[in-house]
Amino acid sequence: MKVLAIVKKDILIYYSKGPVVIFGILLPVFLFLAFWVGRNLPLNFLMAGLIAMTVFFASTSVSPAIAPWEGQMRTLERLLTYPIDVKTIVLGDVLASTIFGIVLSLVPILIALALNLSMNVILVVGIILSAVCFSSLGLLFSAYPSNIPATVMMISALVRFPLIFVSGIFIPIDQLPPLGQCIALLSPLTYFTDIARFSLGLKPFLPLSIDFTVLTLYTIALLYTSIKLHERALIRRI
Amino acid sequence: MIKVEGVEKSFDGRKVLKGVSFRVKRGEIFGYLGPNGAGKTTTVRILTGLIKPDSGRVFVRGFDVVKNPVKVRERIGVLPEVANVYPDLTAWQNLMLACGLYGIDKRVAEGRCERLLKEFGIYERRNSKVKTFSKGMKQRLMFCIAMVCEPEIVFLDEPTSGLDVASARMLRRKVLELKDTGVTVFLTSHNMDEVDMLCDRVAIIKDGRIIAEDSPDGIKELVGGDIAVEVRFDRDVDFFGERFGDRYVLYTKDPNETICSIVEFAKERGVRILSINTRTPSLEEAFIKILGGEV
Repeated sequence: MKVLAIVKKDILIYYSKGPVVIFGILLPVFLFLAFWVGRNLPLNFLMAGLIAMTVFFASTSVSPAIAPWEGQMRTLERLLTYPIDVKTIVLGDVLASTIFGIVLSLVPILIALALNLSMNVILVVGIILSAVCFSSLGLLFSAYPSNIPATVMMISALVRFPLIFVSGIFIPIDQLPPLGQCIALLSPLTYFTDIARFSLGLKPFLPLSIDFTVLTLYTIALLYTSIKLHERALIRRI
Repeated sequence: MIKVEGVEKSFDGRKVLKGVSFRVKRGEIFGYLGPNGAGKTTTVRILTGLIKPDSGRVFVRGFDVVKNPVKVRERIGVLPEVANVYPDLTAWQNLMLACGLYGIDKRVAEGRCERLLKEFGIYERRNSKVKTFSKGMKQRLMFCIAMVCEPEIVFLDEPTSGLDVASARMLRRKVLELKDTGVTVFLTSHNMDEVDMLCDRVAIIKDGRIIAEDSPDGIKELVGGDIAVEVRFDRDVDFFGERFGDRYVLYTKDPNETICSIVEFAKERGVRILSINTRTPSLEEAFIKILGGEV
């Protein structure tokens, strides 16, 4: 109930803004186009990458900025005086970000359907799980107790953009050198990209059971760490 | 309702609270005064469970604030000094958000929000975004939010700071109405007239220590029971009293002798006395004297 109040607040204030929605769609689309043009890659490979990128960017786009913005606007102290704990705030922020990630993922899915690409229903489970995972990662970026949103967004960008390039979105993991493959396996995005590839009829790099298990473990670890770090950081923001 | 025992708190090695202790009874309006940086806001943040004390114990409504901060916050309303409502939400959305965070049923919440917004005169603007509100309207909305859970204790940190006269009067009237309904009010303010008018008891904190605690009249008596003699002359003169605008004020234990001396002074200098009157020292004067270490 209280978590849902936080979700509603986040959606009203942050996620329903036109520029946020447009940026959440445009950024992955332009990245996708930049890598698609001039390369002879199968359409289902590219669409799987676009779906993965969209979920990743959407789920990590706004969530890092909420805590510093609220600290700067002095709304955080008001929020902390309500009968809620930090866990409720973090869970609400993660859930709002997850919903945003899931909703924006519909754009590439509809494009894929328009291109007559068939999809496995397992993609839905993958999108939901990865949206929670990436949203928790987004919250982790804002655990640094700065009230300047630009500082937190810089930290976020430093992690998000390299992850795109090492997670098998543009280059299949089996074509990466051994070191590249090891790095790819450290990224949670790799496992969702693998699930998306499978769902669009391609051969996954890893067994699906491993993809889902690792993604679940990442989700638990990132969510737990976010809550613990925010329990320390939030109070330093007021 | 509130019991504070030997609370200490440091920030970056600097001790902000040094063994603060006091009690607030049910239905009391308790004023918590002190200069900037004395530790008022830190005390309020500890009492509302936002920060933990380094040592000492704090009980609000029987609950240990350190162990049960959420249970304490379910029973209190807070109007923080530096906090803000969400400017991109409407007044109605801000209030309904508060209801959601207090876990109030939606139907009950809607009725309560409507009543509060009407009581505080901002119902007509309920669908306007708060960023279009004046400071007075924002503060009234903050007050509504503090009241939305029908609290047993209300913490008001500088509630009328920077408000226009009408809004400040309205909020003061609401504070007195709260007392009538048995709500306990913990008030910090720099406005001594306001504290004098509203509070049953007052504590003064300086450098992290409570240096005086009594009723407003008791605090005034603490400074020695001097009588203030106020005098106005028809022109500027080199007079020995403290000057406030066109008035001079002298503090004395013997008003008769002081007034005779002033009359004699006026005759000698050839100035006319426009007005002269006596009064007991204000709470502000007592506060200044106490902070100055004269008690």
